Order: sequence, then structure tokens, then C-alpha cells
Amino acid sequence: MASLVRSWIPLLILQSFLVAVAFGSKEAEQFSEALLLKPLPDRKVLAHFHFENRAPPSNSHGRHHHLFPKAISQLVQKFRVKEMELSFTQGRWNHEHWGGFDPLSSMNAKPVGVELWAVFDVPQSQVDTSWKNLTHALSGLFCASINFLESSTSYAAPTWGFGTNSDKLRYGSLPREAVCTENLTPWLKLLPCRDKDGISALMNRPSVYRGFYHSQRLHLSTVESGQEGLGSGIVLEQTLTVVLQPETTSVETNMQPSWSLSSLFGRKVVGSCVLAKSSNVYLQLEGRLGHESKNVDTEIEAHKLWKNADFDLSLKPDRVLRESSGLLFIFDIDKSSDSEPFDLGLNWKLPSKWSCQQAPLQASRFLMGSGNERGAIAILLKATESQEKLPGRELTDGRCTIKANIFQIFPWYIKVYYHTLQIFVDQQQKTDSEVLKKINVSPSTDKVSSGMLEMMLELPCEVKSAAISIEYDKGFLHIDEYPPDANQGFDIPSALISFPSHHASLDFQEELSKSPLLSSFKEKSLVRSYTEVLLVPLTTPDFSMPYNVITITCTIFALYFGSLLNVLRRRIGEEERFLKSQGKKTGGVKQLLLRLTAKIRGRPIEAPSSESPAAESSFLSTKLIFKIILIAGAAAAWQYFSTDK
Amino acid sequence: MAHHCFSRFLDLSLFRGLKGNQVISCADILSAMLLRGIGQKLQMAYGLNARLLGFLKSSRDKVILPCGDIAALVYLWNPFTIVSCVGLSTSPIETLAVILALFGAVTRRVPLAAFGFVMATHLSLYPATLAIPMIILLGYGLDAPPIKLFLQTRSVENEKSSTSTVTKQAKSKQTTHLPFLWKTVMHFLFWVLLWSLYVLVLCALSLNKYGGVEEMFKRTYGFILSIEDLSPNIGVFWYFFAEVFDFFRNFFLIVFHVNVLFMLLPLAIRLKHRPCFLAFVYLAISSILKSYPSVGDSALYLSLCALFVNELVDMKFSFFLFCGYLGISLLSPVMHNLWIWRGTGNANFYFGNAIGYACFQIVFVVESVSAMLNHDRALRRSSSNHGEVNS
Repeated sequence: MASLVRSWIPLLILQSFLVAVAFGSKEAEQFSEALLLKPLPDRKVLAHFHFENRAPPSNSHGRHHHLFPKAISQLVQKFRVKEMELSFTQGRWNHEHWGGFDPLSSMNAKPVGVELWAVFDVPQSQVDTSWKNLTHALSGLFCASINFLESSTSYAAPTWGFGTNSDKLRYGSLPREAVCTENLTPWLKLLPCRDKDGISALMNRPSVYRGFYHSQRLHLSTVESGQEGLGSGIVLEQTLTVVLQPETTSVETNMQPSWSLSSLFGRKVVGSCVLAKSSNVYLQLEGRLGHESKNVDTEIEAHKLWKNADFDLSLKPDRVLRESSGLLFIFDIDKSSDSEPFDLGLNWKLPSKWSCQQAPLQASRFLMGSGNERGAIAILLKATESQEKLPGRELTDGRCTIKANIFQIFPWYIKVYYHTLQIFVDQQQKTDSEVLKKINVSPSTDKVSSGMLEMMLELPCEVKSAAISIEYDKGFLHIDEYPPDANQGFDIPSALISFPSHHASLDFQEELSKSPLLSSFKEKSLVRSYTEVLLVPLTTPDFSMPYNVITITCTIFALYFGSLLNVLRRRIGEEERFLKSQGKKTGGVKQLLLRLTAKIRGRPIEAPSSESPAAESSFLSTKLIFKIILIAGAAAAWQYFSTDK
Repeated sequence: MAHHCFSRFLDLSLFRGLKGNQVISCADILSAMLLRGIGQKLQMAYGLNARLLGFLKSSRDKVILPCGDIAALVYLWNPFTIVSCVGLSTSPIETLAVILALFGAVTRRVPLAAFGFVMATHLSLYPATLAIPMIILLGYGLDAPPIKLFLQTRSVENEKSSTSTVTKQAKSKQTTHLPFLWKTVMHFLFWVLLWSLYVLVLCALSLNKYGGVEEMFKRTYGFILSIEDLSPNIGVFWYFFAEVFDFFRNFFLIVFHVNVLFMLLPLAIRLKHRPCFLAFVYLAISSILKSYPSVGDSALYLSLCALFVNELVDMKFSFFLFCGYLGISLLSPVMHNLWIWRGTGNANFYFGNAIGYACFQIVFVVESVSAMLNHDRALRRSSSNHGEVNS
């Protein structure tokens, strides 16, 4: 018995230890899901899925995870990523109608294609290596050609123009990457419930990709524990933003379309993901509508808001939050079940109109010039209507100013002349010192690195429009450097316009719950907008011609060499005779040379030779052997050096 | 003549004043004046040699053309020069350095010659080949018919006046080789060393912050040798290296650059009695086989060619070549426009032009060398005939 007890004790200890570890980490690893729905002024609906996964700081490297995706934690540990964001986007964010001055747009309006930036926690000299390895790892993880960002011609190291001040930051984007389900599936795999349960079950591929805008984003940041010996914790934030057009039957054009989750996605939520700590659905109504409702609100109770004269919701919200410009209805989906699925619907009763809050300046970018030799890029900043109402204006030297950062990467084949930078404010050209506060230029090197332009403009508040133009020459590439569809042109990545003195945040009047989505909205985020991707056609050589070009050029060289040598060695009769008469006088070697030349020319030797033909042939043969050895040696050397590489 | 040409040039520079740089047009004027100086020296030498060989006395009908004035005019009125000046190309500056070097060597101003040589090499690398003709020029003197001819005529004269005071010893002394002026050549090499050191030190001082001289060599000479820029120009390399397979790139780079060097020695052996002409041939060859040629290079060798109008009067295909140059210079802007600006043409249109241009240049070089050699042959034949007649 004693022996039995003795043998059980270690096992029990081990088991309790394991349970403790498991419980400890389970309590700390948190997953939460949320869906934000927002009707847009242009009769569309925005759906924003937000998943957050937190792994606490831990002291072991080969740790076990319950919820957190192992692939991501390995990535973070291996490449020592401090912060990283990867986004796949299709379609362009409509800043005018969908908003430009709220946290949603400043975080989720992304450039077309793939955008990746990462901050590393490694010594400065290893940042580039880490970046290259990271691109390859992500490429495999997300089934995308992110590995093209490995080449030093496609990424840049922004200093301050990107908004994050770090010298270990690398930024790259692939405007031409096509985004589709093969990128979404690995992204969903990182979620504990995948798309089987909870909110992510709504992601019906055909309805998600039918939208006007689709952007899936993965943002991860490490949290320093602050304790010695503990590794850093990781916060993984995955968002999917889609803009959908609800199908409408109403004939009235000014009537907002009514919709429900099942009409938008073709599916319903039948319950939350059991692994999620919180799973909520939010409905945000903003603009004029919100204000009006707010006025009504003073009389009616908050819980009666969901059915009013303007609209009614199909489900009763659990809570209603008021923010500065609208209302936020909160629904908890835990209560839903198979028999009673969660199918939120919004039914409009009266036509309503409202507008979104816009960024102080609206940016667009275009090309100027024609032909394939040179051109110019122009960035146009136009003042929006809401500009005057915005906070964040600064008074410098008694003037009210708006600051705008412009960050732009130029591929090397766009050879930008930075001295041609011209700035026009309200159609009047300004000198650099008037509006340009800071500028940082790193010129491109042919086939080695891309160019980068960062500048900070300080514009007066009453500005109507500002334009920047810069000229460039188009490069000529080797045929191997053209993509298969060379005549389509080359893409210049989007420019990033950010407003360092403007920060977007939603401030809710009530103290919030611990929802990660709302707390991320409450954080002040830099207002930024991306411009269009530009398509630059480059001159193409004839792709079918390499052999012709090689043979023709070599013919030219043969013509040059042969004809010039022919002219130089041509002798006319008398000279030849003179030489021969000289040759007769001299004996030995000269005569042999004479014989050799005569032999080559195929003429009979005029002077009878005194030497025996055997000696002559042996001499010739030794010379021949020597030549053969020489050529063989040269060939061997060539072979050696060529294989050495 | 100089005034005349200068006043003509003034009109031209007024026209250029619309768009042009003072420095570049000044360089053009200076080049033309130096060319005239070279031409006058060559003309004097030609007259002297002809008199020595006894042509001038007998054939009065043959007139020596003022080759310096012709060369200066050809240089100034050449459309290629005008185009490269109006286009603000730096090739007039390179041309000036080359002509300065030749002028220094012709007038035997050794430091000046060394300065021009070093500057020309510094600016565009290819004039480094001019070292051979300049050493010959300084060592043996100006262009002259082959030494054998002088010996022949002298021996004829000696036979004629065998009864006179000329003794056997004196004759044997005279028949030895023309003296090679080692001292001048050494002087020249010393000055080249001095100037290049000076230039390198200045470069090193000014580029101290940007990687120094090593970086400069990589970015200038390295850029020339490893043909990295594939923008279309009047040469053939850009398209070749845009199309050639990457695997063979290094091989063809070596082959093409070696081609420039290959012909140096045979030409030097065959034309050692005509160093100025040799310099012209070298410049023409390098303008064909250059990595990034321009019409400014053609302007230089065409005007240098005009220095030898007396010798090259019998050149073949000159009308054909003239038409070819004219055609190319009219067609290539058209083809360039069609391809680059309108997008209706193809790269092959322009490349075809460049190929044609290279062919014409090659024919031009080959024919001028051939004409010069034929001229020497004709001299020999006529001098031997002359000798026979006299005897």
C-alpha cells in the first residue's frame, strides 16, 4: 500500500502541475469575435469582422497554445517581429461616401493588393534578412506571392512618413496581387472556430467576394511583459472588411435598402464560437440620423430606440451606446441557437440621408504626360466639406495650418527627378520653404533598390486644393524583367497620405464594456488614406527577337573586324614581290614562314627548298601540337572558371 | 579665315542663345579653333613632305587644300555638333579635351597634351586608346609618307649627284631609322602621371564623403564597361544587352570590349607614320564600339577626317556614305518617335536604324583607312616613277 501511494504521488503532482499550467494559460489566452454592421450613405452596407486573439507573455519558447495559432507564434519568435500588418485588398475604399475620418476607415482602408509592413526587434544589420525570411514564411502561410517583396527593389524603410517612427520598419506592397478565397482560407484557419461556428460562419465566399470592397487584414503586435525571464505576449488582430450592396426591391431611389444578415450573407448566425470570450454584433448608425435619434432620445427610453419612425430592427438590442455622431446598438449572440438563429435585420421606413465624416483633405493621384519616355506624377489634395469642422488644426505663428505627410515608393524603373518637385497651393506655385516642412528622399538605384519620398506639407487651413507634381523618366528593362503581360504596364504602389495632427477615435459617452473592437475604436488612430495605384506603361522590346538581335549584331562585328583586317593586310603586286625578294635573301625561319603563308594561300612555292620535307613537317607538327595544347588549355581554363561560379 | 568662321559662328550662337549653355558653345568654338591650329600644322607638314619628295616642283596643278579651315568649318557646321550643342549634351566638352590633347601633341606642348589626354580619359574612358598615336606623334613627329619613300628619293638624288660632295658615310648615316625622341615621350608620360595624380587627388578630396575614388571608378568606368543602362541610343549595344540571355551577358561584354582593343595594334603597325590619322581611326572605332555612343562622337571624328582632305581625295563610296549618314540622321528621329512616343512602331524599327548607322560607320572607317594606304602606295609609285624619269 505504501509503495502504491509512493508511486502515485509523483504522478499526482505531475498531473496537478499540468492542470495548473493548462488552466493558467487557458485563462490568459483570450479570443473574442465581433461583427460591426454599418449602413453607408450610398445605399451599401459595411460589414466589419473583428477577431482578436491574445497570447499572454510566457517563459517557455516551445510553449503549447490552446487558442492562439501556433504558426503565428512561431513566426513571431523566429523572426523576432515586434509589430506586423498584412492586408489583402480588392477594390478601392470610397473616402467620400464611406468615410475618411473614423477609426474604421483609417485602419481598414487599405491599398489594392497586398500590403505588408513589419517592425523587427533585431539588430539593425539583420533587419533586412529577417524581412526576407518573413516574406517567404508569410508567402507559404497565406498562399500569396508575398515572397516578391523579398527583392530589395520592392520594399523600403520609411523613417517618419509612414506614421510609425522606427528604423527597424520595412514596408512593401504588391499592387497587382489578386486576392481570392485561397488567401481567405488560410486566414480563417488561424481562428479557433475557423468558419464553422460563431460569427465567422457568415463568411459565405460568393457573398463576401461579390462586394465592392474586400479587405482582410492581419495585425499582430507583441506586448512586453515587463518581467525578467518572461517572453513577450502576442496580440493577433484579424479583421475582414466588406462593403456589400443589399438587394432591394423598393423602387424609390432615395429610400435606403432594408437588409438582414441572411439577405446579405445568405447565412445566419446560429450561436457564438464556444471558445470565444465575447461575441457581439454591433450596428452603427451615424450622421444626421444619429443626431435626430438623439433628439428623440431625450424623450423616449433608450431601449425603445430600436423601433422608431425612421427604422426598426428585427431584434431587440441588448444595449445602446451613444457616440458623438451616432448610435451603436450592441447585440449579444450567445442567446441564439439552432432553433432561434440570430438574424439581425434593418428595415427602413422613411427615406433618410446622412453623410460621413471625411478626412480634412481628399487625396487622388494621376499621371501626366504622354509617350513612353518621360512623364510626371501628380498628387492632388482637395479640401473636403467637413474640413472646417474638424479638430486637429494647429496654430503656428498665428496661422492655422493642416499638416499632411506624403509617403511614396517609386520602383527603380521610374527614374524620378526629385529636383522637379513642384507644389501648387490653390493653383499658385509655392516655393519649397513656404509649405514644405520636412522632406526625406532616398533615390533609387537601378536594379538594386527602390526610391522613396517622404514629405510633410504644412498647408493653410483655408486651402481649397494642393497639388504636387514630380517628373520622371521611364527605364528600359531587360526582357527577363518584364512580366508575362508586359504590355499591360507596371504598377506604382499607392501613396500614403496621413494627417499627423488629426486622430480619429470614437468616444462613447458611456463607459464601455471590455469589447476589444470598441476599445480599438476608442484608441486614437492616425487619419490616413491611400491613393490609387497607377499603371505606367513601359516601352517593350520585341520579345521574339533575341536570336535575331544576337546574330545581326555579331554580323556587324564580323563585318567590322574582317573588313578592317583585310584592308590592313592587303598587299598589291609590287609589295608582294618586294617581300619575296627579301625573303629569298634570308634563310631559315623566314623562308619557312614564307612557305607556310604560301601553303595557306594554296600557291606553289616558287623558291626550291634546301631543307628536307621531313624536318619541315616535324616543325609544322610541333607548332600544330603547340597550338592545340594552347587552345585546349584555354578551353580547360574557361571551363574551370565558368563552373567555379 | 578664323574671323570669317567666327563671325559665322556668332550668328549660329545667337540662334543657339535661344536654348543653350554658354559653356558648351564656348567649348565648341575653342574646339574649332584648335582644330584649325592642328590643320595648319598638318598642312605645313604635307607641303614640306611633298616638296621633299619632289611633287610640288613638278606638278603645279596640284593644290594643297587648307585642311585646318575645312576641318573647323566641318566641325562647326556639322548638324551633329549643332544637335549635341542645342541638346545640352556634354559631348562638346569631351570633344574639346580630345582635341586639346591632339593640339598639344601636334604643337609639341607636352604638358598641354598630357592635360588634354588625362581629361579626355577621365571624362569618357575611350580616349585612353589615344595614348598610342600621341606617343608616336611625340616620338616621330607629324604625319608623313613612309620613311622608305624618303630613302628612295634620297638615293635617287644621291645617284644623280654621285660625283658631288656626298660621301658614302654620310649616306649610310642618313639611311638609318628616323630618331625616336625618347626624351619627349618620357616627358609626356611624366606629365600624364602628374595630371592624373592631380585629377585623382581632387576627385578623392571632393568625393571623400561619398565613397571616395573607388566608388567613383565603379560608378563611372564600371557603368561604361558593364553597360547597365539599356536606354535606346544610336549604338547597337543597348538592344543587344536588353535581349541577350543573362547567362551570356558577361561573355559578350568581354567580346565587345576586347573588339575595341583588338584592332589597336594592327592599325598602329600599319599607320605608324601617320599618327594623327591613326588617332582619327581610333576615335572613329571607339565611337562605333562605345557603350553609350552619341552623335557628338561622330561630329568629332568627321571633323578630324576633314583634316586629311588632301590625302583622302580618292576615297571610295563617299557619296554613298554621305547619303547614308543623311538618311540615318533623318530616319532615326522618326523611328524613335514612332516607337517611344506614338507607340505605333516597334523597337526593331529603331534598332534597324542603329544597325544601319553602325554599318555606315564601319564602311567609312574601312574606306578611309584603305584610301590612306592607297594614297601611300600612289606616292610610292609616283616617286619611283619620278626617280626613274629623273635618272
